[in-house]
Amino acid sequence: MKIGVLALQGDFEEHVVVLRRLGVEAVEVRLPKDLDDLNGLIIPGGESTTIGKLAVDFKLLEPLRRFGQENAVWGTCAGAIFLSKDAHRRQPLLGLMDITVERNAFGRQVASFEVDIEVPLLEKVAPGGGPYHAVFIRAPLIVAVHGKAQALACLEDGRIVAAQQEHWLATVFHPELTADDRFHRYFLQMAGYNKRVE
Amino acid sequence: MEAQVATFSVKKGLAQMLKGGVIMDVVTAEHARIAEDAGAVAVMALERVPADIRADGGVARMSDPELILQIMDSVSIPVMAKCRIGHFVEAQILEAIGVDYIDESEVLTPADEAHHINKHPFKVPFVCGCRNLGEALRRVGEGAAMIRTKGEAGTGDVVEAVRHARSVLGEIRRLQGMAEEELMAYAKEIGAPYELVVETRQLGRMPVVNFAAGGIATPADAGLMMQLGVDGVFVGSGIFKSGDPAKRAAAIVKATTHYKDPYILAEVSRNLGDPMVGRQISSIPEGELIAQRGW
Repeated sequence: MKIGVLALQGDFEEHVVVLRRLGVEAVEVRLPKDLDDLNGLIIPGGESTTIGKLAVDFKLLEPLRRFGQENAVWGTCAGAIFLSKDAHRRQPLLGLMDITVERNAFGRQVASFEVDIEVPLLEKVAPGGGPYHAVFIRAPLIVAVHGKAQALACLEDGRIVAAQQEHWLATVFHPELTADDRFHRYFLQMAGYNKRVE
Repeated sequence: MEAQVATFSVKKGLAQMLKGGVIMDVVTAEHARIAEDAGAVAVMALERVPADIRADGGVARMSDPELILQIMDSVSIPVMAKCRIGHFVEAQILEAIGVDYIDESEVLTPADEAHHINKHPFKVPFVCGCRNLGEALRRVGEGAAMIRTKGEAGTGDVVEAVRHARSVLGEIRRLQGMAEEELMAYAKEIGAPYELVVETRQLGRMPVVNFAAGGIATPADAGLMMQLGVDGVFVGSGIFKSGDPAKRAAAIVKATTHYKDPYILAEVSRNLGDPMVGRQISSIPEGELIAQRGW
């Protein structure tokens, strides 16, 4: 199992550390050729405008979209924005997932927060694992899911913070910043499942 | 569980999102948009870039909140602003207007010659400068959620940035080789909180994100600092004091991502126009060195 982490900018190193702890080979992806032989890709947190611009400059948009057609892709925060079809703003997006996101939906940094959320699907990786402690940093929100995209987790007030569409996963919080690796294990299951289908 | 704001995790977490990126000094909303379009991960809003502060002399203070607010309105990326060392009321004002990060900065004239701000009670996170590991960990002990090596701001001369990064990163490497019983004496020697010395040794890196600053003016300078092992770079006067700011800014962003690839570094370094003129640090009288401010 070999998973890439898009390393244009952001907290890609944090994802790499979790993957290696789980015994998975992790590769930093900066150029199209780095996508060869990967079983899945994580797009980390960071600044979505920076990541989008660098993806355009180094001709990664099309290769990433092609990779995503065949393989599991997970975006955290900026990565979730980058995966979306609509971010309410003109900026480069992969446009894979049928979700609409709103950037900085909670306000500026002083409004960043952490909270426990219920994520039923995590029962699949760790039965009885309990609530998930999620860290939101200048986080976006998934304001709408369309088509085949489905909401996976919500805040208490019902606002959507995680979604899945087939082999694509979007979380607006940061599983790479906490010791709880259930989301990473769930994503690895997604990537493995996809490989068996091939 | 109720949502918790302003925890150390979310303060430190924003800096983690800036890793591998370039934070640019801007003095107008237009500069801020140029910086965002070039791929900056954040901007530092201020009235004068360090090169001008140096040239003008006089007392350098927090910028006019009106200017900072205009810059906050003009971009979607985080906006940082500077307060004077020890000037906790300037920091309160910056928190009140909602900046995303406060730089308690030696570039401004210090307001307190013995104490830095107690940064723990603030909701907004702080970044502080350092020249060595002891200074870095004292700032973290006071609540800083991000560190930058100081370099010598406003010079365009990278030599002090290199000295400070080598000092911090070298001390962390030496710490790895120490026996546990040596740590208390080492903490005393460098004037750092013992618990943070233990944590740094265990992590094998600074407990918070560590950027380089002060004198970075070219894509090669950014690549140099990244290869030395910092998490990202601040570029102050180097962009808007150069011949073609938009082009240079974009090139430094690309160099910070592809810092290990000399072919890409060569490509992005081509035809950038004139760099900032700069000032060799060895020609500056000792009393005028900014990096010495901070305790």
